[in-house]
Amino acid sequence: MSTATVEEIAEAAAPEPFWSRQRRLGVALILIGLLAAALFGSLAPSETARFTLSEDAEGAALTINGQFGAILFGLITLAAGGALVAGVLKRFQNLLLSVGILTFVLSFLCWQVAGKFMPLVDTTSGTLQLALPLILGALAGVLGERSGVVNVAIEGQFLMGAFAGALVGTMATSVWIGMISAAVGGLIIAAILAVLSIRYLVDQTVVGIVLNLFALGITGFLYERLMQPDAQSYNTPPMLEKIRIPGLADIPVIGPVLFDASPLLWAGLALVVLIHFGLSRTRWGLRTRAVGEHPTAADTVGIRVRGMRYLNVLTGGVIAGLGGAYFTLVATGSFTKNMTAGAGFIALAAMIFGRYTPFGALAAALFFGFAQKLATFLSAVGSPVPSQFLNMLPYLATIIAVAGLVGRVRAPAAGGQPYIKS
Amino acid sequence: MANDHIDITVEPGEVHALLGENGAGKSTLMNQLYGLLQPDEGQIVVNDEPKVFRSPRDAIAAGIGMVHQHFMLVPVFTVAENIALGHEEVRGGPLGWLDRRRSRKDVIETSKRYGLPVDPDALVEDLPVGAQQRVEIVKALTRDVDLLILDEPTAVLTPQETEELLAVMRSLTAMGKSIVFITHKLKEVKAIADRITVVRRGQIVGTATPDTSEDELAALMVGRAVSLEVDKAPAEPGRNVLKIANLVVDDDRGVRAVDGLDLVVRAGEVLGIAGVQGNGQTELVEAVMGLREVRGGTVELDNENLGTMTTKRILRSGVGYIPEDRSHDGVVKEFSVAENLVLDMYDRAPFGNTFKLDAGSVASNAAERIEQFDIRCQSSETPVGTLSGGNQQKVVVAREMSRPLRLFIASQPTRGVDVGSIEFIHNRIVHERDQGTAVLVVSSELDEVVGLADRVAVMYRGRILAIVSPDTPREELGLLMAGITNSKQQAANDAAVQQAANDAADQRAANDAADQRAASDTAVQQAGSDAPEEGTK
Repeated sequence: MSTATVEEIAEAAAPEPFWSRQRRLGVALILIGLLAAALFGSLAPSETARFTLSEDAEGAALTINGQFGAILFGLITLAAGGALVAGVLKRFQNLLLSVGILTFVLSFLCWQVAGKFMPLVDTTSGTLQLALPLILGALAGVLGERSGVVNVAIEGQFLMGAFAGALVGTMATSVWIGMISAAVGGLIIAAILAVLSIRYLVDQTVVGIVLNLFALGITGFLYERLMQPDAQSYNTPPMLEKIRIPGLADIPVIGPVLFDASPLLWAGLALVVLIHFGLSRTRWGLRTRAVGEHPTAADTVGIRVRGMRYLNVLTGGVIAGLGGAYFTLVATGSFTKNMTAGAGFIALAAMIFGRYTPFGALAAALFFGFAQKLATFLSAVGSPVPSQFLNMLPYLATIIAVAGLVGRVRAPAAGGQPYIKS
Repeated sequence: MANDHIDITVEPGEVHALLGENGAGKSTLMNQLYGLLQPDEGQIVVNDEPKVFRSPRDAIAAGIGMVHQHFMLVPVFTVAENIALGHEEVRGGPLGWLDRRRSRKDVIETSKRYGLPVDPDALVEDLPVGAQQRVEIVKALTRDVDLLILDEPTAVLTPQETEELLAVMRSLTAMGKSIVFITHKLKEVKAIADRITVVRRGQIVGTATPDTSEDELAALMVGRAVSLEVDKAPAEPGRNVLKIANLVVDDDRGVRAVDGLDLVVRAGEVLGIAGVQGNGQTELVEAVMGLREVRGGTVELDNENLGTMTTKRILRSGVGYIPEDRSHDGVVKEFSVAENLVLDMYDRAPFGNTFKLDAGSVASNAAERIEQFDIRCQSSETPVGTLSGGNQQKVVVAREMSRPLRLFIASQPTRGVDVGSIEFIHNRIVHERDQGTAVLVVSSELDEVVGLADRVAVMYRGRILAIVSPDTPREELGLLMAGITNSKQQAANDAAVQQAANDAADQRAANDAADQRAASDTAVQQAGSDAPEEGTK
């Protein structure tokens, strides 16, 4: 706390600052809208951009002239920003913001895809695939956070899950045993986190970071000493195959995306719904939230605060472990050192971006997943944008999302605070 | 040892007052009864059955409920959710699906049965303190308790709300409930208690009946005769020392806490600020001391602008300050008494300079102050944290009064301080006034404000609602503290004050109607009641 300067006092004299968050975001939208309409519009060739509903260039498609699209969508972004600055449609500010960002992305795509095609099915299912571990990781974070334990160790739980899934899955030659082992891997990290932070009151963030390093070290060591020398016996797990539901899978776009997919995806989406309703509508959820907001109040009505925290952190560990299984048992089919490459931290960002809610986390995870998918797609079609920039995209999106769009998020009041009985 | 072989019996349908000073061990005793703490020795017997309470769950099961001094409510939950928490109505077996309709119905029924109006759908954080307390009581009552423990329930209430609470207590005992009423306020004890047990230093020092005089009760509580009045001559006010104009300050959450406040404190007078906790008093004082950002308006000390100074400069330009949270802001507990006594001047002669401390002069200063301010400690090298609350506060007072002062600000000067030290500190404050210092006293104890002040400023929703004489009747002060001004006062007050009252009424109207009772009972033209919502935690 410092004393105010003269300027600050003068500025503070106005009761509501004119440059509210909405207005500032509006200005940002106007700027990127101008950029889109002018730069993307002028760079885009006046050729047709095809967004195909099937896997290839043929077949039904949404089409638009690339240059026209880039300019049109850029102008819509600009308009949304203008509406925010003007302060009209106050009730739909979040909608305006979403429209502004969406049209900016579309403008960019029109430029990139002009004269080429973008398969919607592949893009969507790729987005979901890449978002899947983020969804699971963010859910683990939500469970911990809502009960008052900050889970920074999602990355470590991912790695341990991925490693355990690959190792045990290979040895047992069963993908299901692999999945269970992955869950146990996540659970082990969560258990250490829980005991140290709940029982021994160690700073939760510090424990989380140490656990991430621990997981990185131990899996890296075992990978080099065990898996690499004899990959055949230790690092060729059976993979979780996609399951196709006849009938439903024939629905255009949605069918192949959702109904010809990995069971883990279904599990992830089901968990989002389950945890959402669990938190808001059940006894367990009410108590979890009470413990995360005001543990003493929960204690005085006979709720076991530490018990609830253990339950939630450990459940979170299982879910994050399954998220780890995605890397080895769904995506690649083998473990490599540090293969999660920070995904756990992006999951953490998704949780915060999603305002500590399951559906918010889902939306945020999809957003980050799309950014990753876009990066791969663009480098595949030979975008003029340098690949280094494209690879930055998911991380850039993370920073912009967390720093710029989230605004003030109300975190659970007792998050990160150990509960000490007086 | 907080409790030393205490025996206490509560009969059905009685209000049993547990009277004692802060730190006498009242709350410790009751926390054992409620299962939050486990006794080392001794027994709890409920309806002739010995019980062991390992957690509040056991206590609740045995029919004991407790309303804590700091409310045990989850701010972001609704009233119904808070009341249901821990014994939720559920459907769907193991799924534990919440039955919200039944929870709501339970709340409404209990609230009707005991005449405690609460809105089941309101968010607790939006409720004024008085309403939150009703929620706490309803919460206990839905658990079918026979014995209700109220821990310092009136600390956060206006005099009117206190009256209402006492009425509720009477109707509860009429229905056969027993109440343990923990307090250190003698008037309330005399008004409501059937039996009084006085606790001092963890031991029962006596029992009394409500006819016992206040002086006798105070003597029992403290262990010697005490004077409850502050002796002082009429003030001789001089120049305007502190001038605050149109001050605007935000609280920690960025909500406006002080909202266009004007105030003048003159040399040689004590200006007391009365008000229900959370009406911006804390923020006002912190802003004056440079501890909180001033968002608008000016704070001037003899025409120097304090708003742009650091706290260190403010202190050294002749301002003494007793912070409200002693252990956090007043002393460094691990430091010795001697060190704490020079926290303000450690880098100045004679105590030291930028590079070193002069241990000799620090020690001799300590010896002098300990003598002068009657600080009871083993030696000046004792860590301050081991001293009693009263002696810790005396260290703060000694330090702050040892500089030449123009303005002295005391925020909750006697919170958690024993009665003996209260007397001493009050006398020092009056002494300081008589030296010609301007004194600003902020306290949530109305008795203290009225006793010390030469003028009383009533603060409500971040503004001074009225400045009155300390002889003003309690009822009138109480109404003012609830934001209600009557027509006579309005005529006397200026337009700005009226504006504040109107704003308060407008805000009130915008709020939900759950809490209209207080306003309608007191038939006055401005309908404001309870503390502002931003004051509740």
